[in-house]
Amino acid sequence: MNKILVGLVVGLVLGAMDGATAWFYPETHSMLAGIMVGSSIKGMVVGLLSGWFARRVQSMKWGIAVGAAFGLLFAFLVAAVDTVNGRHPYLEIMMPGFVVGAIIGFLTQRMGTPGRAREAEK
Amino acid sequence: MDVSDSVLRHLRHVAALPDLTSTRYELESEIGRGGMGVVYAARDRQLGRRVALKILDSAMAGEARIMAQLEHPAIVPIYEAGALPDDRVFYAMKLVTGARLDHFLGGSPSLAERLRVIRRVGEALAFAHTRGVIHRDLKPQNVMVGEFGEVYVMDWGVDAVAGTPAFRAPDARLDRRSDIYALGALLRFMLPASAPLALSAIAGKAMQADPCARYPDAPALLADIERFAVGLAVEAWSEPWWHRLRRFGARNALLLWLLAAYAGVRFLLFFLRYL
Repeated sequence: MNKILVGLVVGLVLGAMDGATAWFYPETHSMLAGIMVGSSIKGMVVGLLSGWFARRVQSMKWGIAVGAAFGLLFAFLVAAVDTVNGRHPYLEIMMPGFVVGAIIGFLTQRMGTPGRAREAEK
Repeated sequence: MDVSDSVLRHLRHVAALPDLTSTRYELESEIGRGGMGVVYAARDRQLGRRVALKILDSAMAGEARIMAQLEHPAIVPIYEAGALPDDRVFYAMKLVTGARLDHFLGGSPSLAERLRVIRRVGEALAFAHTRGVIHRDLKPQNVMVGEFGEVYVMDWGVDAVAGTPAFRAPDARLDRRSDIYALGALLRFMLPASAPLALSAIAGKAMQADPCARYPDAPALLADIERFAVGLAVEAWSEPWWHRLRRFGARNALLLWLLAAYAGVRFLLFFLRYL
């Protein structure tokens, strides 16, 4: 399996699981399905970009950093368009998004077959 | 001791030295002596370089031919072989500067460094086996570690050599699996007292009294060492569950840290709501 596909699958699974944690907040129960779909799409986009990066650069350190940065960026975009009780939930979405991005970055480095790899300084 | 004794001793010493006048080599000093011959440091006058010169009884002439077949980075290359006027034979080879393996271990190298050396030895052995050559006398004294970390396996065996007791397989007939036994014994010798159980198990499997219970060949033993090195389960040891768990934790430490960070973030956010 190539790294982009790994990124998509891992992003889909982790995104869905991250979205499912909204279940712990009773006020979101009515929107849970939508949150999970949105979170899965966000995860897949982060996975796609992290997988693309992992194909080009094989470095765990940079893979995690770039995955975390993509996770943070897309979590910010989601939080910027989302409103809960009249405010943007930046902290609630960006903090987990950052860590999920880091995990996706890690897994795309660890798993899958690289393309034309460029060895980065470890 | 009077003067005549010292003169006599000197004459005996000189008489025992090889006569190299018909060769391109000039004797420098003795660097090793074993049951099968004597090794001298010598100078190649033609090429102006130092070499190691092994002088053997004529019955052992096959040793040079065996070594000449083995062109491998971990096997000392032979430059030339020939006969001396007294019917003894000699061969010139690369003069390796460094330490014998037993002396090298005195410097307390790291486990990773020890495993690197045993891998190089195993690769040399695997190569020789593909050429139909067995070592017969693999032991720390026959492995040199050069000053730049290069590893050389020396003194490839001939029929007359039966091995060194601590490293010799209890087999009636020496073959490849006898070398596997010796490689296991060498691994055990190289392991520090605090060596992981998996490595001791690898050495133990290689040293089984029954040749069929050992690794079938050197690459199989090396593959098990490689599995250990990358944190996988080794073939030689059925590890207990708690050990498997610890190995999994060590192998996936970074992922576990990231998952723990995620759980921490989620707990933090959950409890922040109620503050």
